[in-house]
Amino acid sequence: MDVVDVPASDRHEIGGVLLNALARRLLASLPSAPIVCAALAALAATSAVLIISQAEVLAEILATGVRDQPAVGALSGPLVMLGGILAARAALSWAGQIVAQRAAAAVKSRLRREALAHAQQLGPGWLSGQHSGGITTTLGRGLDALDPYFTGYVPQLFNAAVVPLAVVTYLLTTDLASALIICLTLPLIPVFGVLVGLQTRRATSRQWQALERLGGRFLDLVAGLPTLRAFGRARAQARAVRDAADEHRRATMRTLRVAFLSALVLELVATLSVALVAVPVGLRLLGGELDLRTALVVLLLAPEAYFPLRSLGAQFHASTEGLEVAQRVFGVLDQAPTPLAARPAPLIMNTNGPDRSIGVHDQRSGAGWVIELDEVSVHYPGRETPALDRASLTLAPGERVALVGPSGAGKSTLLGVVLGLVRPDSGRVLVSTPDGPAELYGPAELPTVDPEQWREQLAWVPQRPHLFARTVADNIRLGCPSASDADVERAAALAHADGFIDELPRRYETQLGERGVGLSAGQRQRIALARAFVRDAPLLVLDEPTAGLDAGSESVVVAAAERLMAGRTVLVVAHRPAMVTGADRVLRLEHGYMIDGPGPGSAQPAVMH
Amino acid sequence: MSAPTRSAAAAPATAAMAGRTDAGRNPVRRLLGMVRAHVGRLMLAASASVIAELAAIGLMGTAAWLIARASEQPPLAALSLAIVAVRGFALARGLFRYGERLASHDAALRALATMRARVYEALVPLAPSGVSAYRSSDLLSRMVADVEAVQDFVVRVLIPALTAAVVGTVAVVFGVVVLPGAGAVLALGMLVAGIVVPALAAAANRRAARQLAPARAELAARNVDVLHGSADLAVFGASAEALAAADDAGRELARIERRATAATAGAGALAMLVQGGTAVGVTAVALGAAASGQLAPVMVPVLALVTLVSFEPIVSLVPAVRHFEESRAAAARVLSVLDAPPPVAEPRAPLPAPARDATIDVRGLSVRYTAGRAPALDGVDVRLTPGNRIAVVGVSGSGKSTLLAALMRFVEPDAGSILVDGHPAGEYSSDDVRALVTGVTQDAHLFHTSIRENLWLADPGATDERLRDTLASVRLLEWVDGLPRGLDTVVGESGAQLSGGQRQRLVLARALLADPAVLVLDEPTEGLDETTADDVLADVLTQTRGRSVLLITHRLAGLAEFDEVIVLDAGRIAQRGRHDSLVRVPGPYRDLWWARSPDHPADHEH
Repeated sequence: MDVVDVPASDRHEIGGVLLNALARRLLASLPSAPIVCAALAALAATSAVLIISQAEVLAEILATGVRDQPAVGALSGPLVMLGGILAARAALSWAGQIVAQRAAAAVKSRLRREALAHAQQLGPGWLSGQHSGGITTTLGRGLDALDPYFTGYVPQLFNAAVVPLAVVTYLLTTDLASALIICLTLPLIPVFGVLVGLQTRRATSRQWQALERLGGRFLDLVAGLPTLRAFGRARAQARAVRDAADEHRRATMRTLRVAFLSALVLELVATLSVALVAVPVGLRLLGGELDLRTALVVLLLAPEAYFPLRSLGAQFHASTEGLEVAQRVFGVLDQAPTPLAARPAPLIMNTNGPDRSIGVHDQRSGAGWVIELDEVSVHYPGRETPALDRASLTLAPGERVALVGPSGAGKSTLLGVVLGLVRPDSGRVLVSTPDGPAELYGPAELPTVDPEQWREQLAWVPQRPHLFARTVADNIRLGCPSASDADVERAAALAHADGFIDELPRRYETQLGERGVGLSAGQRQRIALARAFVRDAPLLVLDEPTAGLDAGSESVVVAAAERLMAGRTVLVVAHRPAMVTGADRVLRLEHGYMIDGPGPGSAQPAVMH
Repeated sequence: MSAPTRSAAAAPATAAMAGRTDAGRNPVRRLLGMVRAHVGRLMLAASASVIAELAAIGLMGTAAWLIARASEQPPLAALSLAIVAVRGFALARGLFRYGERLASHDAALRALATMRARVYEALVPLAPSGVSAYRSSDLLSRMVADVEAVQDFVVRVLIPALTAAVVGTVAVVFGVVVLPGAGAVLALGMLVAGIVVPALAAAANRRAARQLAPARAELAARNVDVLHGSADLAVFGASAEALAAADDAGRELARIERRATAATAGAGALAMLVQGGTAVGVTAVALGAAASGQLAPVMVPVLALVTLVSFEPIVSLVPAVRHFEESRAAAARVLSVLDAPPPVAEPRAPLPAPARDATIDVRGLSVRYTAGRAPALDGVDVRLTPGNRIAVVGVSGSGKSTLLAALMRFVEPDAGSILVDGHPAGEYSSDDVRALVTGVTQDAHLFHTSIRENLWLADPGATDERLRDTLASVRLLEWVDGLPRGLDTVVGESGAQLSGGQRQRLVLARALLADPAVLVLDEPTEGLDETTADDVLADVLTQTRGRSVLLITHRLAGLAEFDEVIVLDAGRIAQRGRHDSLVRVPGPYRDLWWARSPDHPADHEH
């Protein structure tokens, strides 16, 4: 029983050229597409052979039964064969489902993998501009909407191409007259399908928008329930929910009465054609022009010629949602990445990456790292004013610089540039190596540093660190994958995280929820600090690590951060006076401009008299 | 209908609600209860569906009889009725199918309307805190999709099941009448294909769902890691590993999916196998009967073809099983939300509505959302007297919004009291308390309707003059007058057609129009850039001079004008007093103030 769509509220028109391009691209995403296509074609061909054999054998049995009334035993051979054919058709449908499902699974995992990799390449900047929950849903269950396309529509496409042709060809050799009737009526299905489809689309496209709005009314009212209650209007709107639903139903039914017409026409073409074949066959039998066996074969085969074409339409309807999802995924894949380092070159250093042991301080201060931002500007697409406007900054080895300024002044963007996550639109970013300066970004001919290698020299504590849905130890080990359990626990202790970790059910092996659900903001921040401790990098970048923490958590995080900053080169965005105390210099950003702030010492919280 | 995949998509994300799932109740029975109001329409749809299927059987059966009889070369007149019947059945099949589609969708949409109304009514006392699991718009739209799954239940489960039952019975009765032995074989086959196989399919579906759920959750978690944690991964050089982990999770899911398909597709094939076996069996019995003269030979093809065709609605029960399972899960999720107890109980005999100039006295107020967790609000005292302007500041999670929710009777305090005019707030109807204390709430919603109707929410039927005055006071009138349709302009979904500033100003206008005794302003400048926020707040302060205001904010601009500033920290009052005195003493307020303009220490002194 095929079900034609109720207009869904999130439905868009997909058709014509776009559909073809989309279908071709989807097929191209299918690994081993030729093998799958060959398998589906072979299955369709086998199924055509089985359909015809079934008709022949069944007609033979029935004709013999009507004509001669032999004992059942005389027909046991054909009966067993019929059973065999029917069993083979069942097995074939099973195999077809498996092949199709495998194809669907392969396409889904390929699209998922490519989209994830591409999104990662596009970088955090692009992702933050997206509704990341939406992408996660699309790449998760969203892609499952492709299943009906591959398990329903695609196999049916092969059946529709092979079976009617095979049946008609066979009938041409058995009963020319009937074959001709089928040949004449069969094309009516696609022709009527297109004609009625065009007509109904014209009639319904005007109504989709109204339908969408009416369908969305319930969501709107439920989403606004708190507001309705705040104004004492919630009960009064119950009536509106009912009215909107009723109006939605009436409008939908008006549309469906037209939309289902195409199904009606196709249905009628198919059933009336069977009648059109059966009645003359009966009359010719009466006149002795035809034998019973052939007549029965014709009767059995005629519906099989129409069925695949008829169900193709319904299968297509069921797969449109999957095509929309595919379009969204291709939309992600079509985003052009902006490579951060166009010419990555090895970073030459006298240390082998960050020191992997904790508490060895001498190399850090001696590493001689200098970061220099020279007139760096960053312009985010779609924003009028630049996020950073010719900002310059030099960070000397062992220096602690605090960045302050109102929110939206460009502080996080500046950190992003230093971290190699944000690509400047102009200016230069120089980082020193023991062999001299190298460009992280800039127009000059100097050797360019690969941001990944550059980042090995630093640790980062962001405003809202991402905690992974893995164990606590795994989350800390992100800072240094080779760290031993003892290192991890020591880092946690230094970050003042050991106390609450010890109270977790499985301590360091406790599995965290998605995005660290279950931990408080302060606890998450301390895990991020432990990450930085275990990394033990010479350079440290902190982005308002105490933002949004209550007073109790703040003081613990400040104490841990203070210990972390000791002896390292630090760039810290500060939101609270506590994070500025002890800075060598305080710089102020406003509207993307670097305004030299008060000198060392004046960063103390205002002393009142 | 795109509902099946969408409702299925809700499974892992509603884990938050799963804890509340009342497994003991039968969601299907309750779903049927909601659908029952439309039993007449359902019967109409089912009848049309049955007739359409019977017409298909009749078409093949009559055609078979016609051909078999014609081979005996009777007079033409003996066939004329059959010829008419074949054409009639062919026509009826298409027409009734069309009617069935319309009737079943009509019934489904009616059931959806009922369901929506019931769900809405059930959600009213739960909002906003009782539906906190649906705070994100993503989850909310999933719940709406779950509600829509009732359509699927009607069109793809209920009607096919009824059709299969009736058509199967009619076919068996026909078989028994023509040849009892054949009828018995047919009945047996249909019972197996219609009951045993769907039961197997349901078991396979459930097993697959059980195995798939953790694999899906794992994949979702890995995807979130790659997408949401991309910056952390990049900085710590772990992007490739995270991508590989996501890939592994995807592969594992695909492997389980493949296994699951083998089982579920197996059920479909099994149904076909039973169909074939029954057809062979019936044919053999019919042949035997014809040989022994118990059955007219022309009836042999009729029985064989009727058997094959009458199995079609039975075989289609296998896919219906999946829709059944999905609708059941969707219904269970919706019902679990509806079954949640309302967070605030209404009094049986409420006091008359409090006077407008009532004093609201909050004493030792504590609110705890989850037992065993730290309270969201812990021993807070506030006194709201007419004409007083109070600001509550603090970081997110400090209890600001909880205080407001308690004042607006959205949550019940665990300890302490809220006295309105000397009586506990719980002795009034909660609507009466909210008539006193309301305004701009957190996530204030703009409805997808006209500006006028959005404003009317606060004051139904307010004159255009009053609306325009209010809009002028929040400096929106010029913009509204510049719109081609003025007050009748439809604001987009959630006010998407408006800029952030316009949106907040409109929300503010609505709050001013409500003119409550205590005007609540919960983060009225949330989501605005610094400059716009300052502008909007300045307007707010001008408009509310001389009236009772409770401002909740994490920005400190303009607080010098307030009679009292309360600083909340971890649910407790950390500091309170006037702005001028608070910035003079070390403490959280001064730290917050510092963050606003760190390099202007002089500003701190007045």
